[in-house]
Amino acid sequence: MSAEVVLQTEVVGRRNEHLYFALRNPKVAIGLGIVLALLVLGLVGPFFLSDSPNEYVGPKSEAPSGEYWLGTTYFGQDVFTQFVHGLRSSYLVGALGGGISFVIGLAIGFAAGYRGGMVDEILNMITNVVLVLPALAVLIVISSYLEVRGVVTQAVIIGIFSWPWVARAVRAQTFTLRNRDYVDLARLTGKRAPQIIMREIMPNMASYLLMSVILLFGGAILFAAMLDFIGLGPTNAVSLGTMMQQSMAWSSLHLGMWWWFVPPGLAITLIVGALYITNVGLDEVFNPKLREM
Amino acid sequence: MTLEVEDLQVHYRTMKGDVRALDGVSFSLADGEIVGLAGESGCGKTTLGKSLIRLDGRMQHVGGKAVLDGAELPIGDDRAMNTHRWKEVSIIPQYSMSALNPTRKIGKMIAELLRSRGKSYREIKGELVHRLELVGLSEKVLDNYPIELSGGMKQRVVMVLSTLLDPSLLIADEVTSALDVTNQKAVAETLVRFRDMGFVKSMIVVTHDLSLVYQIADTIMIMYAGRIVEKAPAETIIKAPKHPYTKALIGALPEVGLEHGDERLQSIPGKPPQLLNPPTGCRFRDRCPLASDECAEEPPVVAVDAGHEVSCWKAED
Amino acid sequence: MGRYFRRKLLIYGLTFFIAVSINFAVPRLMPGDPVARMLTRNSVSNLESSEAMRGYFNDIFGLDVPLWKQYLNYWVALFQGDLGVSVFAFPAPVSSVVADALPYTLALLLPSILLSWIVGNAMGAMAARNKFLDNGALPIGYVLTAVPYMWLAILLAWVGGIILGWFPVAGGYSFALTPAFTWTFIVDLVHHWVLPFLSLFLVALGGWAIGMRNLVIYELESDYANYLQALGAPNRLVRRYAFRNAVLPQVTGLALQLGVVVGGALVTEVVFAYPGLGSLLLNAVSNQDFFLLQGILLFIVIGVLVFNFLADIVYVLIDPRTRLGLEGGQS
Repeated sequence: MSAEVVLQTEVVGRRNEHLYFALRNPKVAIGLGIVLALLVLGLVGPFFLSDSPNEYVGPKSEAPSGEYWLGTTYFGQDVFTQFVHGLRSSYLVGALGGGISFVIGLAIGFAAGYRGGMVDEILNMITNVVLVLPALAVLIVISSYLEVRGVVTQAVIIGIFSWPWVARAVRAQTFTLRNRDYVDLARLTGKRAPQIIMREIMPNMASYLLMSVILLFGGAILFAAMLDFIGLGPTNAVSLGTMMQQSMAWSSLHLGMWWWFVPPGLAITLIVGALYITNVGLDEVFNPKLREM
Repeated sequence: MTLEVEDLQVHYRTMKGDVRALDGVSFSLADGEIVGLAGESGCGKTTLGKSLIRLDGRMQHVGGKAVLDGAELPIGDDRAMNTHRWKEVSIIPQYSMSALNPTRKIGKMIAELLRSRGKSYREIKGELVHRLELVGLSEKVLDNYPIELSGGMKQRVVMVLSTLLDPSLLIADEVTSALDVTNQKAVAETLVRFRDMGFVKSMIVVTHDLSLVYQIADTIMIMYAGRIVEKAPAETIIKAPKHPYTKALIGALPEVGLEHGDERLQSIPGKPPQLLNPPTGCRFRDRCPLASDECAEEPPVVAVDAGHEVSCWKAED
Repeated sequence: MGRYFRRKLLIYGLTFFIAVSINFAVPRLMPGDPVARMLTRNSVSNLESSEAMRGYFNDIFGLDVPLWKQYLNYWVALFQGDLGVSVFAFPAPVSSVVADALPYTLALLLPSILLSWIVGNAMGAMAARNKFLDNGALPIGYVLTAVPYMWLAILLAWVGGIILGWFPVAGGYSFALTPAFTWTFIVDLVHHWVLPFLSLFLVALGGWAIGMRNLVIYELESDYANYLQALGAPNRLVRRYAFRNAVLPQVTGLALQLGVVVGGALVTEVVFAYPGLGSLLLNAVSNQDFFLLQGILLFIVIGVLVFNFLADIVYVLIDPRTRLGLEGGQS
């Protein structure tokens, strides 16, 4: 096939090559740039601004100015301070929620795909059930029963309900990989299953896993924003979703206070969009076929 | 003379530059001849097969020409090539198992394909059914979806379909590599039978399996690193090879022709040169036990016997 | 085929069972006593409803009864269509409150899901064919899928409702009108429907277009497409096959995406104060009306499962591989 000629020249140093192409891919560069820039803002920003984003610091409902970069809320809170804190919670939810679902999906996918048989039947059934369960509705019911909600709890429950498609994909990939020669060889040399999965199977789907993590990260952020917007956000912190919820609750729309509701949604769109674009770029990096000249 | 290929050069475009998959390949094919094309993977044999019918996206025709039945094939021009495909040049692909559209009934697919090439399904159907029966399939397969057939049945459907319009040249690309030994033999015999019945005039059988091609080919060509290094009647290649690479290939086979050829091939020390910037002179030099100073120069093509050509400085020895 | 449907039905049955069990378990597993919390909170404002709730609570959630019996009672009540009484809309039973809101949600969801699917697939297939179009459509598609549902809704309400003043931004119909089957009312209904519909439609559109584009490209690179091209088939035929085959996974995708789109509909309704399940949900959350909350969840689960099953039937009708009951189809 078409790859055969190329393969023989590039067996060594494939990892470096990927990194090389990744950094030169404009989609990856732009996507990662946006994600990292907003991350830095969320991480560093709060140190320069107030620790309590809900403090009433200025005049009410003021448009953006030199002093209040993104204006103030209906109550006179600084929107920029809230925004920066909100970024922080969004990244936390993304990392934690995405991370948890990734680990669950990975574990279930590997177990089902590698073990096969009865284990697979049961795990696959569970996966399919969670897959059709409308996650947001379930999350709403669960979070509404929580009296105190933190960013971490939110991330955990999001993680618990958004793993199924990763599990499905990992299972399918493991199925195709587990009968490869090198896996057989590893098995013959007496390596145990976890070791084989970690050493032989996982590296061969690394690109795929990386892209799954990115998608889960973005998905968790979107999920959290929706929960927040219904009023089930963290009770002890500001998030981009709660900002939107507050702005709607105090009719910023009718008051024309666009600086209150535009930035949080824009930030989410930017983060998630940039993640998706990074993913497309990575896809091109890992699949030389897509690397158009 | 059915096919005449002259100094064919096909490159793969990669980010690092052009990989010279075919670097000056010339040969000819007589009417009714079956040529076996063998070599390690990556030597360019599949590229050669493809370049005569359809270059895939990253292949580029750089130089040389192919003349079929006296007319030049526009191999670099995908669109112009279309009129020649199937009617004059046809291919049985490596992937016969998945070559049929999974969501169309086989008969319907063939009908649509024929119609798109300006042929009447109704007129050809009689012949189609006849040929299906010839390979042991009943007319009923036309009402089946591909998934309802076994691998071997799909392979036979593809063989019949590819040769339905009696092409002058058929390229059989690794057709047996996915099959077990019994099926391999049956497929090989069918290919010969198609030639004998005049369904195809001549044939290039691309394979890594020397022992199989030995059973059906009249002539065998051995490729190495984008070039043909030896061409001779099948018998001669197996019994009296001249090129050190061919000798190594044959030597790596267990006694006359068995199916493990490919794995044993790797026992030739070293690996083929990369084709991004191929070395000058003989390309087998680094792995060749006989290599000497003169091998730094391009070896000449020597006709050691009637129909037996070798490109090697040591061929005369 | 029978095996395929048996399997599907088993999964759906199990899902329903689990959803109901979650509903049953969550209030009992949560720290504190949320039901009691709800009742005390409510008794301040609405003594009468609180009393009725307590009666209901003792009947079904009776704490003097062992847990397994509570669970059994819960199922029995469920099958009698008894989802409890809404606190917020007292004394209406949950089932009728939900049933009142349901048509609005369906009127938003069904057209936006189906239209975005059809238009998105058509756009994706076009993008796969044309490099120029692809470069323009793809980024827009990615931005659309990345937009949080409520934010696009807010923007549309702001631009189309406040700035341009073309559409109303709140409610399902004007307060001045009473629901009736008159021309005026229907026009008013549609007028209120446009923005929320558009919002849902647009967010979903990008995902379908991108998915279809990738699938068509994948199909065009597949073996059968290569073979057809090697036999000189014109692009027209190859593309037609590729499109047909690429639609199949999109049907499955339609069912899988449903949960997400329903979530999107909920928050979109909240933005537009559209009188469907979303607004009801918001009321339930802010009033801590747990019975209503759970009733809504149950309706959503049932809706999603029914829709999934419909998608399965469609899938079987269009994909011979599942119809033949052989391997190759989706699991």
